[in-house]
Amino acid sequence: MTGNGATAVIGKDGLDALIRALAAGGRTVIGPTVRDGAIVLTEIAGGDELPYGWGVELEAGHYRLRRRADGAAFAHSAGPQSWKTYLHPQRERQWTADRGADGALVVTEEDAPVPSYAFLGMRPCDLRAIAVQDRVLAGGPHTDSRYRARRERAFLVAVECTEPGATCFCTSMGAGPAVDGGYDLALTEVVDDGGHRFWARAGSEEGAAVLAQLPRRPADPATESTARQRVAGAADRMGRTMPEVDLQLLMRETLEAERWNDVASRCLTCGNCTMACPTCFCTSAEDVTDLTGDHAERWRRWESCFDLEFSHLPDGPVRATGRSRYRQWATHKLGTWYDQFGSSGCVGCGRCIVWCPVGIDITEEAHALNQERAATGGVGVPPREASS
Amino acid sequence: MADMPGTRPQLGVWKFASCDGCQLTLLDCEDELLGIAERVEISYFLEASSAPGPGPYDLSLVEGSVTTTQDAERIQGIRAASRRLVTIGACATAGGVQALRNYADVAEFQAAVYARPDYIDTLATSTPISAHVPVDFELRGCPIDRGQLIEVITAYLAGRTPDVPAHSVCFECKRRGTTCVTVAHGTPCLGPITHAGCGALCPAYHRGCYGCFGPSNSINFPSFIPLLRRDGMDTLDVVRVLRTFNTAAEEFDAASRKELSG
Ligand code: SF4
Ligand code: SF4
Ligand code: SF4
Repeated sequence: MTGNGATAVIGKDGLDALIRALAAGGRTVIGPTVRDGAIVLTEIAGGDELPYGWGVELEAGHYRLRRRADGAAFAHSAGPQSWKTYLHPQRERQWTADRGADGALVVTEEDAPVPSYAFLGMRPCDLRAIAVQDRVLAGGPHTDSRYRARRERAFLVAVECTEPGATCFCTSMGAGPAVDGGYDLALTEVVDDGGHRFWARAGSEEGAAVLAQLPRRPADPATESTARQRVAGAADRMGRTMPEVDLQLLMRETLEAERWNDVASRCLTCGNCTMACPTCFCTSAEDVTDLTGDHAERWRRWESCFDLEFSHLPDGPVRATGRSRYRQWATHKLGTWYDQFGSSGCVGCGRCIVWCPVGIDITEEAHALNQERAATGGVGVPPREASS
Repeated sequence: MADMPGTRPQLGVWKFASCDGCQLTLLDCEDELLGIAERVEISYFLEASSAPGPGPYDLSLVEGSVTTTQDAERIQGIRAASRRLVTIGACATAGGVQALRNYADVAEFQAAVYARPDYIDTLATSTPISAHVPVDFELRGCPIDRGQLIEVITAYLAGRTPDVPAHSVCFECKRRGTTCVTVAHGTPCLGPITHAGCGALCPAYHRGCYGCFGPSNSINFPSFIPLLRRDGMDTLDVVRVLRTFNTAAEEFDAASRKELSG
C-alpha cells in the first residue's frame, strides 16, 4: 500500500493537533506514555503525554527508563504491552444464554459496540505483528468478527525506528525498521539543528485527509533524506540477530536437540513471553454461570502454551514438561507458523526477551540450535515427507 | 426457583485453626450473598449464625488447619457428612502461617509463652485438611478471592468444574497490563512460581508478589531462586519469603529447607 503519496513535515504542535483531531473525530487515541517506570500504551488526550525525552535501556530480562538529551518521543522499543491489548483484548464476552419463562434457552451473541481506535506510535514490527494476527484471526474461513470490527475501524499511525533497542532484531525477520505499508499515516522523527520534526506520509485516503487538517509544511529534501538515513542506520544497529538460515528448517531439524533441555532448565513456564508477544493469539473459553443457573456467559481469555492446563486432555497434559512447552512455543513462532499461516510468527520485536524474568532469548536459543545442528549433523526428526 | 425448604442444597462452613478471614470473605460477597442464601441452605456457619444444622451437607467449605487431636477427629465427621468438601484458604490448604511450628519445638514455645503450659493441648504440627481426609477442591489464598469463592459455589451448584487456573500469577499480571516489577524495577517477586487467583494484586501496587496463593502447578526453583538473589535477597530473605502462609506447601517447604542446607 502506498496511499495517495501525500507528504508533509509536522512539528510537535502538529503531533498534538493530530491526537486532538483523531479524538475529535470520535476515536479512542492510544499512544505511548511514561507510567510505572516504563513506556506503556494507554489512552492519551494530547501531545504532552508522549514520552518526550525518554529512552529505554533494554537487555534480556531487564528494562529501565533513561533520560534522553535530544528530547525525542519515539526513541524507545519493546514496551511491556503490545497493540493486541486493544485489538485482541485479554478477556472478552462471546455470548450470553438465558433460560426464558418457558424453560427454553435464548443465546445472544455479544454485540456491545467496539471502540474506534487510533493507534499512535506503532513500530514497523508492530504493523507486521498486526498483519500476522490479521491472518490468524480474520484471514481464514472462521474469522473473529469482533477482532475484525476493531481492526477495520482502527486508524494506524506508525513511527519508523531510528533507535533500535538492544533486544531488537526486526531486520533479521524482515519486519523493520522501515515501514512498507499497512498504515494510515507514517512518521519519522528527526531531531537536529533543523529542529524537532516529523516527516509524515499518508498511506490511505483517510490518512491524507487527517494530515491535511494539521499545521504542517511541505516536506523538504533535507528532512526527508535525514529521516531515511536515520532509519537505514537503525537497520545496521540491531541489538540482536537471528542465524541467517532457514529458521523453519532449523526448527524441524533440531526437535531432539540437547539445547531444549538446557533452555528448559532455565524456563519458569511463567507465560510472560506469550502474553507480551504481539503475535501470540491463543485463548481459552471460560464459561460463567450465575447462582440461579438461569444465566450463563461464554468468555474468551488469553491463554498460553506455557500453561500446563493448556494441553490438558482426559489423560493429563500433552505437554507435561517445560521442555516440551518451550519447544512448542519456539518451533511454532519460527517454524510451524509458516505451515499454518504462511509466514513467520515472530517479527523480531524483542518483547519476549526483555519481559522474560530470567532473560531467555529466542535469538540466542536459535543460534545455539543452529550450532548444535552444525556440530551433530542434525538432531531432529526427518522432514515429514521423508519420514512417512 | 421455588424450592421447598429442605430441598435446597445444604452448605456447611467449618472453622479449624485460622483467623476467620476466609469465612468472612463469604460474608463480604455483599451483592451475591442474598442470592447464595436463596439458593442454598446455610446449615453451619458460626460466623453468621449460631445454630448448626443437622447435615448432611451437599457442599462443605472448610477453613483452617488441623492443630489439635480434637480437630483431627472433627474433620473426619465433617468429611463423612459432606458430599463435596472444599478447603478455603492457605490454612486449610497448606497449614497456614501457624505451620511455622513444624520447624520448631512446640513444647519449648508453650513453656516460654504460657504461664500454665499444661493447660495447652495441641499437636506438634499444623497440617492441611488434605493430610487427614480426601478433599474435592482446594481454594488458595490468604485470604481467598471472593470471585473465586463464588465461582466454586456456583460451579458446584451447576454441577461443573470450577474455573480456577493453577498457572502463575504472571499470567494475570500481564493480562491486567501491569508493568513487571522484576524486569522494570528489579523488585523481587514470587509471581513466576505462585498460583494465580488474586488477579496479580501486589505488582499492580508496585510491590512483589509474596506468594500468598502458594505454589503454582509448574515451578522451576533452581532457575527462580537466583533471580531473587540477583534482586538483593540473601539466604535468610529467601527462606523468609517462602515461609509465610504457605510454608508447609510441599514445594515451598522443600525449597526453603534446601536453601538452609546450602
Ligand atoms: S517471539 Fe518475541 S521477538 Fe518475536 S514477535 Fe514475539 S515477542 Fe517479539
Ligand atoms: S521463556 Fe521466559 S517468559 Fe517465557 S515462560 Fe519461560 S521463563 Fe517465562
Ligand atoms: S511483576 Fe511479578 S507477577 Fe508480574 S509479571 Fe513480573 S514477575 Fe510475574
